[in-house]
Amino acid sequence: MTQIVKMKGMNKHFGKLHVLKSIDLTVEQGEVVVIIGASGSGKSTLIRCVNGLEEYESGILEVDNHPLAPKAGNQKTLAEIRKGVGMVFQQFNLFPHLTVKKNIMLAPMKVKSASQVIANATAERLLERVGIGDQADKYPSQLSGGQQQRVAIARALAMEPKLMLFDEPTSALDPEMIGEVLDVMRELAKDGMTMMVVTHEMGFAREVADRVIYIHEGKIVEEGNPSEVFDNPQNERTQAFLSRVLAH
Amino acid sequence: MEFQFQFDWQAAINAIPFLAKGIPYTLMISFGGLAIGFLLGILFGLLSINKNWFLRWPAITYIEIFRGTPILVQVLFIFYGLPDLIGAPIDPLTAGIAAIALNSGAYISEVVRGGVQSIDKGQNEAGLSLGLSRTQTFWSIIWPQAFRRMIPPLGNQAIVSIKDTSLFSVIGVGELVRQGQVYIASTFTAFEVYFVVALMYLAITLSLSLVLRLVERRGLASI
Repeated sequence: MTQIVKMKGMNKHFGKLHVLKSIDLTVEQGEVVVIIGASGSGKSTLIRCVNGLEEYESGILEVDNHPLAPKAGNQKTLAEIRKGVGMVFQQFNLFPHLTVKKNIMLAPMKVKSASQVIANATAERLLERVGIGDQADKYPSQLSGGQQQRVAIARALAMEPKLMLFDEPTSALDPEMIGEVLDVMRELAKDGMTMMVVTHEMGFAREVADRVIYIHEGKIVEEGNPSEVFDNPQNERTQAFLSRVLAH
Repeated sequence: MEFQFQFDWQAAINAIPFLAKGIPYTLMISFGGLAIGFLLGILFGLLSINKNWFLRWPAITYIEIFRGTPILVQVLFIFYGLPDLIGAPIDPLTAGIAAIALNSGAYISEVVRGGVQSIDKGQNEAGLSLGLSRTQTFWSIIWPQAFRRMIPPLGNQAIVSIKDTSLFSVIGVGELVRQGQVYIASTFTAFEVYFVVALMYLAITLSLSLVLRLVERRGLASI
């Protein structure tokens, strides 16, 4: 098995706050790892370290066999890693000045020097895949939240990443739009995409995850397959968290 | 004693051809200066938010000096002061353009800084996470959005700078106000002449406002 992400003894602080405490975690190719935890527990910070949007201070991080050193690391390594790692944000972060199609075409053309024709074809194919082939020429602001997030997924996929990071992809959505985004993610998982997903959608985690990780105050306190973590949590923190989020 | 003032329409109309000779100078100084000021503004505005302290402080020094001193002093310094330093006279037109360029450049730097900083940091993160370099992210994602937000304050600055050129009559550039002064010296029709001069400024600034409004409407349509 190929390890796409390897973290060993990773630490990170925000000022005095110790947000990641000696994190050990590996993600195998094709695996879907769902990270759960209360807000402020460090779960978003954890996946933001994977593509270098956050720096860490000590420990080891390797992404797709590229070692990313602590404190910014090497710009070339960072660029190399980011080419192979897609990210989907809570707030979508689509480019409002570009049409949906141009949003998707930008990175392949700029980073991989793809031709206009190729990039265009890729964009159309991916928009079909996420179910909004008819919205290609609209601007992001003309789409619903769920549609925007699906564009964001397509935009990340256009770079043909080996790993997809999802940072609370449905948290900013109206309830009726959550399903359409989760459906796309479910399809991706089924197609064998390696995914790290930070989410509060426990139903999705139980159904799609190969492994669930519970983070409490910057520490991984529970790790296992969904039925182990959800049905038989060992740590009392996990039990308390799950009883709170699953109660309603 | 009875005193009655009568607006002399004929005097006003007669003054137009002579005054109009000042318009090309006013426009040349304004737009020549603003074009250079825009480039200075982009350069120093971006430097002023650079992480590197050695790049940042010269930019901030420039901005503070030219925002913090009167443009009249600046142009007098350039026209009368600088020749002493460089040992050669500077012609009034060049001095005027330089003053507008340096002065508007300082204000435009702040417009650029504000525009760039107003863009959500998620845009930068999205660009970087897609594998774009910092430079690519800036020029293809941040700048186009920032520029659209900069259009209204840039228009504002253009109008301010156009009006500032009126001060340059003191260094003898034959711009609108200077033409007015020269004309009045022989006709003594101050009221009529300055009235026409004011109308000419208004015609310039209103046309600019109109153009900017059209540009803004088109530019913002997609956001």
